[in-house]
Amino acid sequence: MSRAANCPGCGAPVQFAWSSAVQTACQYCHAILVRHDVDLEKVGEVADLPPDSSPLQIGSEGTFDNKRFTVIGRIRYEWEQGNWNEWHLLFSDQTSGWLSDAQADYAVSFLTPPPGAFPSPNDLPRGRVFQFQGAQFMVTHLTPVRYVGFEGELPFRTADRSEFMTADLRTQDARFATIDYSETPPLLFTGRFVDFDSLKMSNLREFEGW
Amino acid sequence: MVAAPRVPTPAPISCPNCGGVVELRGFAHTRSAVCIQCCTIIDPSTPELRILQKFDERMRVQPLIPLGTRGKFRGSQYEVIGFQVRTIYVDGLAYSWHEYLLFNPYKGFRYLTQYDGHWNDVVTVHGLPSFTSVSGRKAARYNGATYRHFQNAEATTTFVMGEFPWAVRVGETCTADDYTAPPYMLSSEMSGSEINWSQGTYTPGAEIWQAFQLKGSPPPARGVFADQPSQYSEKVKQRWSTFLKLMLVWAALLAYFVFSASNKEVYHNRYHFAQSDPGEHSFVTDVFNVDGHGNVEIELKTDLNNNWAYFNLALLREDGAEGFDFGREVSYYHGRDSDGNWTEGRAKDSVTLPRVPPGRYYLRIEPEMDAQASATASSGMSMFYDVSVRRDVPTSWLFWLALPFLLIPPILTTVRAAGFESARWAESDYGTSSGSSSGGDD
Repeated sequence: MSRAANCPGCGAPVQFAWSSAVQTACQYCHAILVRHDVDLEKVGEVADLPPDSSPLQIGSEGTFDNKRFTVIGRIRYEWEQGNWNEWHLLFSDQTSGWLSDAQADYAVSFLTPPPGAFPSPNDLPRGRVFQFQGAQFMVTHLTPVRYVGFEGELPFRTADRSEFMTADLRTQDARFATIDYSETPPLLFTGRFVDFDSLKMSNLREFEGW
Repeated sequence: MVAAPRVPTPAPISCPNCGGVVELRGFAHTRSAVCIQCCTIIDPSTPELRILQKFDERMRVQPLIPLGTRGKFRGSQYEVIGFQVRTIYVDGLAYSWHEYLLFNPYKGFRYLTQYDGHWNDVVTVHGLPSFTSVSGRKAARYNGATYRHFQNAEATTTFVMGEFPWAVRVGETCTADDYTAPPYMLSSEMSGSEINWSQGTYTPGAEIWQAFQLKGSPPPARGVFADQPSQYSEKVKQRWSTFLKLMLVWAALLAYFVFSASNKEVYHNRYHFAQSDPGEHSFVTDVFNVDGHGNVEIELKTDLNNNWAYFNLALLREDGAEGFDFGREVSYYHGRDSDGNWTEGRAKDSVTLPRVPPGRYYLRIEPEMDAQASATASSGMSMFYDVSVRRDVPTSWLFWLALPFLLIPPILTTVRAAGFESARWAESDYGTSSGSSSGGDD
């Protein structure tokens, strides 16, 4: 599919950085655009994201596991005790991943085929251990998550994920997994916590006085 | 919407309680900001500046590092944006420590904790420590290291100042467990069903004063802290390694003296003695040459069997200028009793005379045996004995004398190290002092 299209709302050109992007926003009329086979459908208007203090922005670049990435989108979630960003990363090999930034605590994760069927959140006690990727992942939190807003290109529609449950799993060596119940069957994301400096990021936001 | 590429300094808010100005430093991370004029906790992320709590002003504590102080710490610029006092109660006594919240907009948050002049640099732990035990006590394993459980306590927040990225409240409690592997400390904080792990690194106060360019000097550290590295543990290793090296030198010197001694036999003869022999029992040997320098060893070898003999001996120089008088009792007994075979004494003995000048010498020997027994025994008291004289015999007693002195430094250091460790653990749940916590499962 072509990476260039026109906004069905205002006719402005819409350029995709990633060929597999499913949702984006028109930079001019702020329409939420969902990609179908050949054309774009306007499904709503983006709401302003509340102010946040992530040092990342669309266009920030960095390196993870010796692969360059560019930030092409983000989704903002909130939970009972705060909010965080999932920055959508496009890697140099055209794969996509996520960089989560929760109060400047960073983790990189990727959509991963589940090792089997996961039980529903109600049947998933904290402390339950799953064995995959050669490690023991233990359920540490079950969190109701609410979608707040997005910008840039995403690999899915946000309409399906206004409120859903997630299960957080950890290993002894600071790897983590998230079971995302916004879809059926649930999605599995796996990754690890990273030191900000190790990402060697550029094109970051500046903070006044810093 | 695309966020502004440059994030402006947050504008100060005015306290909804007293109208005082509350500065903000944590950008949009801040979920609690304290108006220090009226001790009110405000949520600046709400448009109406919701008041989370008003707390008792009498708990006011002056932080050692003022809020807003910036410094280069652990390779990055950090600003002190929050301060809280947390208290545990042990046997009715309150023990408080201070926590400074450090912030860098790119690298996030870390903490400095301070108790009695002891500082720790604390960061969030992302992995899941596992539980184990060390000599029957609770322990935690993380990143390949084992941390021994130190203390379990209920910690209460008793004072807050500045800002925090969560909704902070005075009076909030959590169950805190500390595990130590100096210079590191692993801590878990449990409130409700939430467990958070963090790792502290013991940091000298001077390092913090240097990093944040603070005036004066840090308060002196009192006592031994849970994860304070022992200045002795390294020294103990050094001292023992020095001891081992000295032992090698010692053994080499010993070997040299043993092998370089000429150890030459200058006289040897075999005699018979019977107590019942009439007349004078003393006699003199032939004259023999004692050359060179060093000591002289006279050895007596008898065939005594459940018997004793006494030898009056003198080594005399022919010219009469030197004389060494000495006596030796030789006794050898053996037998069998309810404990099995036993022996006492030996049938031979020797005497070493240090520094005998060279010359021509002879021995005067006067043996003596039990006169009474000799009178009643059928064959009388008698023995065969050998006398040998050796020049320059290897001696090692000086070396053995040196050994305990070599042992003093490593043993002293080991004792001091043990003292340091017992001072450390006296403050724990496992200490013998009255300061041990009432909490926990010990």
